[in-house]
Amino acid sequence: MAVEYLGLSEINGPLIAIEGVKGAFYDEIVEFAVEGKTKKLGRIVEINEDKAVIQVFESTSEMSLLNTRTVLTGKPLEIGLSEDILGRTFDGLGRPIDGLGQIRAEVRKDVNGQPLNPCRREYPRNYIRTGISAIDGLTTLIRGQKLPIFSGNGLPHDALAAQIVEQASLGEGEDGGEFAVVFAAMGVKYDVAEYFKRRFEECGASGHVVMFLNLSNDPVVERLVTPKVALTAAEYLAFEKNMHILVILTDMTSFAEALREVSSLKGEIPSRKGYPGYLYSEFAALYERAGIVKGSSGSVTQLPILTMPGDDITHPIPDLTGYITEGQIVLERALNQKNIYPPINVLPSLSRLMKDGIGARYTREDHQDLANQLFSSYAKVGEARDLASVIGEEELSPIDKKYLEFGTAFEKVFVGQGPMENRTIEETLDIGWELLGILPREELDRVDTKILERYYSGNTSEDEA
Amino acid sequence: MGVTGKIYGINGPIVTIRGNLGFKMNEMVYVGQMRLVGEVIGLTREMTTVQVYEETSGLKPKDVVVGAGKPISVTLAPGILNNIFDGIERPLERIAEKHGVFIPRGADVAFPDRKKRWSAHMTVTEGEDVPEGAVIAEVPETKSIVHKVMLPPGVRGRVERVQPDGEYTVCDELAAVRMSDGKLISVTMLQEWPIRTPRPVAGRYPADRPLVTGQRILDTLFPIAKGGTAALPGGFGTGKTMTQHQLAKWCDADIIIYIGCGERGNEMMNVLEEFGELEDPKTGNLLMDRTALIANTSNMPVAAREASIYTGITLAEYYRDMGYHVAIMADSTSRWAEALRELSGRLEEMPAEEGFPAYLASRLSAFYERAGYVKNLNGTDGSVTVIGAVSPQGGDFSEPVTQNTKRFVRCFLALDKSLAYARHYPAINWLTSYSEYVGDLSAWYDANAGEDFIYCRNEILNILTMENRLNEIVKLIGSDVLPDDQKLILEIARVIRLGFLQQNAFHREDTYVPLAKQLRMMEVILHLYDRCKALVERNMPMALLRESDVFEKIIAIKYDVANGELDKFEDYDEMIEEFYQHLMATNA
Repeated sequence: MAVEYLGLSEINGPLIAIEGVKGAFYDEIVEFAVEGKTKKLGRIVEINEDKAVIQVFESTSEMSLLNTRTVLTGKPLEIGLSEDILGRTFDGLGRPIDGLGQIRAEVRKDVNGQPLNPCRREYPRNYIRTGISAIDGLTTLIRGQKLPIFSGNGLPHDALAAQIVEQASLGEGEDGGEFAVVFAAMGVKYDVAEYFKRRFEECGASGHVVMFLNLSNDPVVERLVTPKVALTAAEYLAFEKNMHILVILTDMTSFAEALREVSSLKGEIPSRKGYPGYLYSEFAALYERAGIVKGSSGSVTQLPILTMPGDDITHPIPDLTGYITEGQIVLERALNQKNIYPPINVLPSLSRLMKDGIGARYTREDHQDLANQLFSSYAKVGEARDLASVIGEEELSPIDKKYLEFGTAFEKVFVGQGPMENRTIEETLDIGWELLGILPREELDRVDTKILERYYSGNTSEDEA
Repeated sequence: MGVTGKIYGINGPIVTIRGNLGFKMNEMVYVGQMRLVGEVIGLTREMTTVQVYEETSGLKPKDVVVGAGKPISVTLAPGILNNIFDGIERPLERIAEKHGVFIPRGADVAFPDRKKRWSAHMTVTEGEDVPEGAVIAEVPETKSIVHKVMLPPGVRGRVERVQPDGEYTVCDELAAVRMSDGKLISVTMLQEWPIRTPRPVAGRYPADRPLVTGQRILDTLFPIAKGGTAALPGGFGTGKTMTQHQLAKWCDADIIIYIGCGERGNEMMNVLEEFGELEDPKTGNLLMDRTALIANTSNMPVAAREASIYTGITLAEYYRDMGYHVAIMADSTSRWAEALRELSGRLEEMPAEEGFPAYLASRLSAFYERAGYVKNLNGTDGSVTVIGAVSPQGGDFSEPVTQNTKRFVRCFLALDKSLAYARHYPAINWLTSYSEYVGDLSAWYDANAGEDFIYCRNEILNILTMENRLNEIVKLIGSDVLPDDQKLILEIARVIRLGFLQQNAFHREDTYVPLAKQLRMMEVILHLYDRCKALVERNMPMALLRESDVFEKIIAIKYDVANGELDKFEDYDEMIEEFYQHLMATNA
């Protein structure tokens, strides 16, 4: 049995200092026994000779400098994994909380993971059909991609994520891979976790879902490891069990807040808005755990959700995320107020992997041109609207009026769809062409002439005249 | 062997050792049982501070730290090209062969492969006097590039022994040189060089030759000189990486060093795949044959990210010394600056602006100043061009990294969010970007691209500036009320934006456009402007002019005229004349 250390030298929020420890290593997990009964876990975050600073995953209440015994476990944080985790619910540290007992572990994995060797990655190319036009048509989700949803409080990001899970799982099966969802909740409300659970049950996917829940009243420090635990499980299922894993991480903002809270307790020098300088590296260590590796048919696709504080896309959290992830889906309050679901603002939304996963071989030959044209035309709608708000709609030139008409229809018919509506890729693209028909042919400057002849259905301005 | 010490404290990538044990500043050290690579970055009488280039979890106080007795260095030898490294020059492909899909800590796979045999052709004879940097042998490294084995800086004298041509490993002696002080130096294919020290040169030349990129907005409006420096700032999603890829693919440098500094793993994979398939337009060989990739993705250790920039530029300088033109793509220098900030925070240094350390500016300038068009020690000419992407926080160019970078680069290519949203690529904003090289390069353009090239360029820029002024008015009152001559400017500016500035990287013809075609395109557009102006001066309304499809046809030139078919442009000139004559005849 390992040595027990009696007593602590300092407690400061979730941080504990202990002196006189021997053989402790950086990142090691320690166990505390408070008054001989309550067990708690902690992680060493700083060592100086025989003094260690430990982050306690649970609350430190009831702990005193005298009543706590500390045991070094001699290993970093690990979780036990096997295929049995499918359909189960765990807390933020990977301990079962659904009352179904322990997991019979096949392997134990260090939750910190290791960086994927870039030259063993497979470049993601297969698209995932979500059945949502704004995503399939304009910001196509690719298997192995990390595509966050930038949202705000009160916007229907949960409904959107749940719809993606439901419809993406239905579209499965072309290449035979099994599909599963890893869901990690960080500091979200009980209702939100419950909502997802219910949606997964309703669509019959709950047997393929692994949930890791750290709710908003659970300890803050635990929140820092929840996504790591979840991604370790995802990597195991994807790369060792060859499954297609969709990881939902919600809410990344709470994760960053937790990081800031702990950093400030440690007395670290803050950088932007009080977040620690290593926020980027921490984010990267999570987001980069998406992908496909050579030699395995599985994949990890990430769909992190974050709420932009004050709807500000330049806030460090969305900003740093956008620099790591392969695009973003941005939800907009103004569209939500117009009662358009999903309220995706397509202009700042982007999928970086889209270009290689669409076109004749994957979706349809006209996909890229159509998407470019829709983006470009919708960008002009904004200009026409600005102008209309200054000089009034009546005074607009006929072409600007056409743009206004196109803009309204685009938002209603293309972006807007039912929360259960599942469109095929053909439907999505055809709706796109139908809408472009509102505009005269000369305005379509992003489309190859051949494609235009084949798909454009609108009237040329001469016909009208 | 160097000094040894014992770990006292550990905080993330920073490890401290108690006492002054004789470690040297910037010395390379091996930390712990796993022999993690680190560098000494601070010395006081009480404490030695080491930054570790790998994850430190698992390290314990009292673990051994061993000094390597030399500063952190890279090994220079054949095999650098067509290869992919991490931030401290470990070959990722061989790490993968040994350790699988994940990168373990303390992976003791070093560059180069000491067993591989290279065929070498000797270029010196016994008894010959050779200067520093002299080429003593040539080794075909890839299909495109001949590697030149040089004397290391500081070595010169008389060749005493030369091996015959043949197959050698990197450690075999190729020649021996007797220095003037009597020392006999054995020369192999292998050299080491500390990454933070620039390799010496004999002299520098002014920047008077452009790096031709085949990208219209760069070659015409904002040219980069060979040996010059350019910054490419832009918020996320504005196409920094895409522009860097285009430059790496098409620019006329001999060698490309692509540094993925804190970027995405999937993107690095994409570069590796694409460059392994695409043909180099100059030689017909694969692009990878002239490229080395440094991939320190964002989830790889932060200290190695800080080093990756220096590793890259040292490799570039080495090939420059052979007489090659090298271009470095650094994507992105902001991630590197953030690594500095992160390490500075761990060291509890006093932060300056936005938490960045106060030495940010001096580090940036030290990096960019290693670019240049130079005369090498061995008498050849070579250049290192640095193109650094900057990822400003929140897309705001007033943040410290962009502002400090601006001070040290002479070409600033500002990527614009609203252009990117409208999918206008490359999303380089023509109003906020600038290139200080235009004046220096105009003599070259006059001699090599056509005498009116610079004139056309200035005219084009002029029209775009006028458009910008008019747009201010249009925003307030709409374009319908403008007089016809101003409407014409808007129309021609539209033709320039869509037909000239916008360039489709995925289109077979449009992805690379030679200077001759760029010039003809500008000439045709200006010809059209000239003719339309004459028509408008005769009081013909723009509405009448717009009835013709001549504008759309000119916009489509980029797709309709292949790069080799320059004589087709005469048809366009004729078409403009016909359009002019027709309107004159029917409406005058």
